[in-house]
Amino acid sequence: MTRELICINCPMGCMLTAEVEGGEVTKVSGNTCPRGEQYAKTELTAPVRTVTTTMKTAGGKPVPVKTKAPIPKDKIFDVVAAIKSATAPLPVKMGDVVLENAAGTGVDIVSARSMNNA
Amino acid sequence: MKSDYNIIIIGGGPAGMAAAIGAKEAGEDDILILERDSVLGGILNQCIHNGFGLHTFNEELTGPEYAERFADKVRELGIPFELETMVLDVTPMSDGRKAVSLISAQRGAVTLTAKAVILAMGCRERPRGALNIPGFRPQGVYTAGTAQKLVNLEGAQVGKEVVILGSGDIGLIMARRMTLEGAHVAAVAELMPYSSGLKRNIVQCLDDYGIPLLLSHTVVDIKGKEKLEGVYIAEVDENRKPIAGSEVYYPCDTLLLSCGLLPENELSSGAGVEIDPRTNGAFVNDRLETNIEGVFSCGNVLHVHDLVDFVSEESKRAGANAALYVKEGRKGGREVNVTVGNGVRYSVPSKINTDALPELTHIRFRVTGVYKDASIIIKSGEREILRRKSRILVPSEMLDIILKRDKLADVTDDINVYLEEVQS
Amino acid sequence: MTDVVIIGAGAVGCATAMELSKYKLSVCVIDKESDVCEGTTKANSAIAHAGFDAEPGTLKARLNVRGSEMMEELARKLQFAYIRNEAMVLCFDEDTSGLNVLKERGEKNGVKGLSIISGDEARAIEPNLTDEVQAALLAKTSAIVCPFEMTIAFAENAFANGAEFRLSTEVTGIEKVDNGFKVKTNKGDIEAKAVINAAGVYADKIHSMVSSTPLKITPRKGEYMLMDKETVPTVSRTIFQLPTKMGKGILVTPTVHGNLLAGPTAVDIDDKENTATTSEGLNEVRAKGSLSVKNVPWGKVITSFTGLRAVGESGDFIIEESDAEGFFDAAGIESPGLTSAPAIGEYLAELVSKRIPFEKKADYIDTRQGVIHFAQLTDEQRDELIKKDPAYGRIVCRCCTVTEGEILDAINRPLGATTLDGVKRRTGAGMGRCQAGFCSPTSMVLIAKKLGIKTEDVLKNGVYESEVR
Repeated sequence: MTRELICINCPMGCMLTAEVEGGEVTKVSGNTCPRGEQYAKTELTAPVRTVTTTMKTAGGKPVPVKTKAPIPKDKIFDVVAAIKSATAPLPVKMGDVVLENAAGTGVDIVSARSMNNA
Repeated sequence: MKSDYNIIIIGGGPAGMAAAIGAKEAGEDDILILERDSVLGGILNQCIHNGFGLHTFNEELTGPEYAERFADKVRELGIPFELETMVLDVTPMSDGRKAVSLISAQRGAVTLTAKAVILAMGCRERPRGALNIPGFRPQGVYTAGTAQKLVNLEGAQVGKEVVILGSGDIGLIMARRMTLEGAHVAAVAELMPYSSGLKRNIVQCLDDYGIPLLLSHTVVDIKGKEKLEGVYIAEVDENRKPIAGSEVYYPCDTLLLSCGLLPENELSSGAGVEIDPRTNGAFVNDRLETNIEGVFSCGNVLHVHDLVDFVSEESKRAGANAALYVKEGRKGGREVNVTVGNGVRYSVPSKINTDALPELTHIRFRVTGVYKDASIIIKSGEREILRRKSRILVPSEMLDIILKRDKLADVTDDINVYLEEVQS
Repeated sequence: MTDVVIIGAGAVGCATAMELSKYKLSVCVIDKESDVCEGTTKANSAIAHAGFDAEPGTLKARLNVRGSEMMEELARKLQFAYIRNEAMVLCFDEDTSGLNVLKERGEKNGVKGLSIISGDEARAIEPNLTDEVQAALLAKTSAIVCPFEMTIAFAENAFANGAEFRLSTEVTGIEKVDNGFKVKTNKGDIEAKAVINAAGVYADKIHSMVSSTPLKITPRKGEYMLMDKETVPTVSRTIFQLPTKMGKGILVTPTVHGNLLAGPTAVDIDDKENTATTSEGLNEVRAKGSLSVKNVPWGKVITSFTGLRAVGESGDFIIEESDAEGFFDAAGIESPGLTSAPAIGEYLAELVSKRIPFEKKADYIDTRQGVIHFAQLTDEQRDELIKKDPAYGRIVCRCCTVTEGEILDAINRPLGATTLDGVKRRTGAGMGRCQAGFCSPTSMVLIAKKLGIKTEDVLKNGVYESEVR
């Protein structure tokens, strides 16, 4: 079976063509870098996404956060819900873990910005 | 407080910070960045999604992370910056310096002077009025960026049932963002037959969440007097005119507009900088210098970029060139025009000084439509400087052609950039 | 018992409140909206008309000319924007007798400074007039005003002189009681000796609550397009076309804020809330506007809007005591209502005084301190202001150079703004080319803080569900 997909690794958005046989990706073309091939393989078997959102803080304004690594695509809403129910401490540094093992994915949530009190 | 500088940079977003770093690294120490917000970083602070920095840092960062890395560098290099500072006016003076009038709580209303000024004010969104959408003017109609600021920086909840007009990247990003915030995004309508956003954003912001992208569609009426109640979306014909009878009603409490960005050049025009009607940014030469000596322009105020990495790269060059200008004055020499032809909407720069070429010259442009298997041609007179075949060219992508010095060294005729389409 | 209740806080209601507040009277203004200036007053041509349009002998003629005379001094004392920019009425026909009729009419009405000039003379002073212009009537006393600031100034002056304002309060009925009326609202009843009906397009509805005589008000829709601020004005005068039966035709005029305004259309409708723009209407504005002026920057439209004019059946203003003693109508106040408003206030005071005799206050304050317009200050003044209050050093609206200080003043002053549109009308924040894209989040945060509500609950306009003021 042939599957067409657009690589989302970088803004180039390469048009990939992948051959899938028995649930496995056997050949990828159209990619300009090795990440494209990897993307097609993951996307067609176990797709993942990096999630970015905000977490509330004690200071009123929210702080931007992200998953430290990509998480399974079908866990996006669970992870967002876990982030929404947490509060980031202030001050916080960019890269600080603000929530561990979000929604049981094993992936930590880190602050994407340094923020002082208030 | 000090009031005379070698270089004043207007704007402390990605362009301004990179310009400052570029100038500093080129050996200039007397720099001041003026930023209107209370933090450095500009629009990146509200762009909390990832996808920034692949070219610059070889990793994928969020907007705030990208901004913070540059801000840290600015601090590390000891480059002075002043926040909550609004520049109201830039005026060339008779001695060649520029007067920069500003307002800030710290300084009051004062005029500073500088040998060189770098314009790095960024761009703004096209508002509803400019789109001429008839109907009421209720609460709930926002530009995508305003909604983004409210949601991401203020933690406000903007709406529950959302329609987005325009498939620019901010619109696509906000479709996902609103979905993650618990809203339902009913549709993204795009007037053109193609999206003006990046393909990856269509995949990961719309397709991932089952949000339909309606190409060749637009909002034709807005309902709700005080609060938005819904919009009518109609299909448009090849002349972009709504097709009667194709209207579909979408009840919604929020309409986000992502219909294009406009470089914010009121200051530049006031200073006498000539504006290119194709980009709404300044006409610049290969040094990114405008028609006014010692006034440089870079980033989204020069032309709207697709990637912040390109903004940083361009702005760094502007900073280095401004530093060179402070040291050596304006470079004289032979300038050739850069003109555009078939399939190319504009080019930056519009002039190249072939007597003082840097190691690498960038020519940046966008195409006018979707082209498959076309070739980018750069010619000077009869001489072909470059020919590059491309599988696909789209208007949402800014193209960056880098030419080595020897390619341009003895060029005397105008340089023409155009596309050669495949003859079928 | 309140002496006078005024229903409607538009230009007429507020001007009348101001006039009555000169006397030893208790005055209460009621409006269903959360701010003054929310109806017809907020969406019109913003012209202080010279007064050549109305038929001699009508109330319109008399009150227009009187209003026009009063306006300049009021603008100075109450600090609202007013520019006497002159006007021209263009004639595209070789037969220019229409202009003579207007000139004679104007002179009969007592309008000074009217003259007829040739097409070339007109183009010499307004180079962007089209070649089709054959002749023009020049009116030296015509002016432009800021209708928001004017109405807010009237209201604030009335308030300072003791008038009460009950906003977000809708009149649901009026009952005749001994010595006056019981005005019923969604927020309780108010008893008053006299009631003035200044309810704009709803004046017929209010009128019918007490009167048995018929009164019909038809909303006449007028669509406008507003263009970006200009460094070199396309026209500096207000440019009319010879009137037709459906009103003054399309005008093209600068505004006091330096924008270019074109409109209005004139379509009679039934729905008193229908302020939607239409593509037909906007096309008409473009087509007719281009007849008068070439090079109108239609590509720089920053917003379009619709105003509803309250049109009566007689063709004249209806300002009189109704068949219910003590109930006064100020109805059918279409153009030139804005110009006439202060004169209508005077006239109504005279009418009311015949019913309830009253005397002047000794301590009437005839001035008002407006919101500072930072953009209009000199650098020295700006510097001084920032040193006194650093909030004036923080620019919130970058298109119109409006500071946090101005926005805080607009929010904190009596009858202050509670909505984004309220802030816009008092300070100009959000009126510029980005149409509040940049400044509205900050304005929302400032309003939310003052009202003690969530940022996302700040309204653009309209009435808050719970009490916030």
